[in-house]
Amino acid sequence: MANSGIKFGIVVFPGSNCDADSHHVVTRVLGCPAEYLWHKETSLKNSDVVILPGGFSYGDYLRCGAIAKFSPIMTEVRNFARRGGRVIGICNGFQVLVETGLLPGTLIKNRDLKFICDWVDLRLENTRTLFTGKGKKGATYRMPIAHGEGNYFIDPDGLKRLEDGGQVVFRYADSSGRVTEEANPNGSLGNIAGICNEKGNILGMMPHPERASETLLGSEDGRFIFESLIG
Amino acid sequence: MKAKVYVTLKKGVLDPQGKAVAHALHSMSYKSVGDVRQGKFFEVSLHGVTRAEAEKQVKEMGEKLLANTVIEDYRFEIMDGE
Repeated sequence: MANSGIKFGIVVFPGSNCDADSHHVVTRVLGCPAEYLWHKETSLKNSDVVILPGGFSYGDYLRCGAIAKFSPIMTEVRNFARRGGRVIGICNGFQVLVETGLLPGTLIKNRDLKFICDWVDLRLENTRTLFTGKGKKGATYRMPIAHGEGNYFIDPDGLKRLEDGGQVVFRYADSSGRVTEEANPNGSLGNIAGICNEKGNILGMMPHPERASETLLGSEDGRFIFESLIG
Repeated sequence: MKAKVYVTLKKGVLDPQGKAVAHALHSMSYKSVGDVRQGKFFEVSLHGVTRAEAEKQVKEMGEKLLANTVIEDYRFEIMDGE
C-alpha cells in the first residue's frame, strides 16, 4: 500500500451513503489518511483532496444536490476548488457539483425514468486531469452505476465548449470501447458519464470508482482514479 | 403576502416524466392530448416585507434555489393575504 501522505476529506451530508465506501478505499486500499467532514462543519481540516460521495443528500428533495449546495461545508469546498484544490464528486456528489456551479450542465431523470443499478463500461477520454493521469486514453473501465437522475444535459454551446476543451473525461461505451446509443444507459448527451472543469482539478462522474477498487467487489477498474490523485 | 412560483422546463429540454404522463393520457383515450410538460409549483408565504422587497427576494429565491436555470425557467406572482 502506498502512503503518499495525501489526506482525503470525505463530505457527509444527511443522506450520503457512499461515504464509508470512499473512506474504506482511501484508507484500507490506498493506505492514505482520511477524515469525514460533516456538512455543518466550516473547515476542510487540511484535506488535500475532497470527495463528495454518492447517496441521497437531503432526500433528493427539490432536485438532487440542490439543497446540499447551501450546506456550510460547501462554502469551503467552493473556495478550495476555485483555488485549484482537487474535488471529486461521485454520483450524488456529481449532482452537487453541477448544482453548485463548479461544473457545467445538469443531471436530469434517466431517459426511461428507471433507477438503474448495473455495471457499465466507460471509455476514458482524457488522461490530462489530476484524476486520470494513471489511466490509458481510449481504454475501457468497468464500474457500477446506481442512479435515477444521471442523464447529463447541457445546452449546445456548453456541450461544444466541453468537447472542444477536452472536458469530457468518461463516456458510456460498449466493452470494446465503442460509444454507441445501445451503450448509453440513461440518455446522457454524448454518452457523457463524467466531466471535469477547464483546469482539470474538479471531476464529476456518475459511475462509482470506489465500488470498483478491489477484485473482491468484481472490478479494480476504478482504483486508478484514486491512485492518480496520490501520485 | 404570498408568492406563487411556477417552475417549468425550458424549451428543448427532454422531459421523460411529461412524456410518461402524455402516454398515460393517450392510453386513457384523450386523443386531444399532444405534449405534456411537467413542472413545479411553490407557494411561499412572506412576512414583514413590502411588495417591492418581496419581489426582489422571490426573484433571488428562483435564481438560487427554486429553479435550476440551466434547464428551468420560473415566473411568479405576489398576492396579498395569507
